[in-house]
Amino acid sequence: MTDTTLPASLASIRDDFLALEQRDRLEMLLEFSNELPALPERYAEHPDLFEQVVECQSPVFIFVEVTDGVVHLFATAPKEAPTTRGFASILVQGIDGLGVDEVLAIPDDFPNTIGLTEAVSPLRIRGMTAMLGRTKRQIRERLAA
Amino acid sequence: MTVDTDPAEKFAGYAHPERLVSGDWLEAHLGEPGLVVVESDEDVLLYETGHIPGAVKIDWHTDLNDPVERDYIDGAGFAALLGGKGISRDDTVVIYGDKNNWWAAYALWVFTLFGHDDVRLLDGGRDKWIAEGRPITTDRPAPTPAEYPVVERDDSRIRAYKDDVLAHLGHPLIDVRSPEEYSGERTTAPAYPEEGALRAGHIPSAANVPWGRAAAEDGTFKPVGELDAIYRGEAGLADGEPVIAYCRIGERSSHTWFVLTHLLGFENVRNYDGSWTEWGSTVRVPIVRGVERGEVPARR
Repeated sequence: MTDTTLPASLASIRDDFLALEQRDRLEMLLEFSNELPALPERYAEHPDLFEQVVECQSPVFIFVEVTDGVVHLFATAPKEAPTTRGFASILVQGIDGLGVDEVLAIPDDFPNTIGLTEAVSPLRIRGMTAMLGRTKRQIRERLAA
Repeated sequence: MTVDTDPAEKFAGYAHPERLVSGDWLEAHLGEPGLVVVESDEDVLLYETGHIPGAVKIDWHTDLNDPVERDYIDGAGFAALLGGKGISRDDTVVIYGDKNNWWAAYALWVFTLFGHDDVRLLDGGRDKWIAEGRPITTDRPAPTPAEYPVVERDDSRIRAYKDDVLAHLGHPLIDVRSPEEYSGERTTAPAYPEEGALRAGHIPSAANVPWGRAAAEDGTFKPVGELDAIYRGEAGLADGEPVIAYCRIGERSSHTWFVLTHLLGFENVRNYDGSWTEWGSTVRVPIVRGVERGEVPARR
């Protein structure tokens, strides 16, 4: 469990951010924000299943599904909170479809390594760290169930 | 050169009606020489999704804070920031933002530390502007840089440090956080990252008046009579007495500072920006838990 490696999907997102100037990193975060997938129909009507990431100042909710060892991450955040949506979208796009062990091995400080601390501020990045932490906790809960 | 004030009737009852403008006023004055509109949000990307035409963006975290020390930028930094945004010292600045102008009020408070004279808020902020169908654009303005003088920040009048708060105990304190933060309840569980304070609760004797109570449903400030009932009535603030407001990092209490200073006319209001993230982690400062205000402690 102490072995932490970054899955290729997230490594590629990180490299894309790091290749850009600070201002362009914000633009790319906005693109991620616009790309946050809508909830599938089976979850759209079940807000009760979702867990609020209270560390984010904006209302963002996540739900993790584990099927045959494969992780699916769903998230919802309002359009008025594009930064939080962007964080959620990075994690959803980077994590969805990975194996359980791969997700649990993602370094907890991943959000601090993608070149956004300066453009977005460390305080705001904490929301993304919390989202990742809660995602991992939900996976462990699903596995224990 | 400054711009006329908004004569709207709603503002007339406030102590300093010139500190607010309405959407009608702003829309009619957009583009007028001497007026600069600034958007300041909690969400650092919101401006990019659409802003008032011509508005420049100033972010509290990335622009107004010193990147290394926990402090605001200095006079040179402020001059470079404002000059770069095309703001002159005698311009009228109207700030607006998300969340009932929460961060906009914070920016206004920082502008005030540097003595920028004419700085106002758009009543109702960003959400109301958009809800009213007023113009929004994603075009980024390219302001002509202005000469902004290097003015040293004056923290003495409206900013309180921790030691100032200790010396102030016995005078009114307003804790503008949520009741849960005030009473010190916490949801602590594995993998639930904690906020940055080691202890929970509030500064002894502080009254809890969550900042959002100053705002009406539509995000505008409540009429003066209602504000009066909350702050002079419920919280028991008396004219002439010094007041200190605080929250978690000083952001929400800037909003309350604006209400007390500019709308209700209190003359000696300071914002303790170290707030709970400093107080709740400081060794040997008094803390009260629970919903009661608690007694002013004896000096140690």
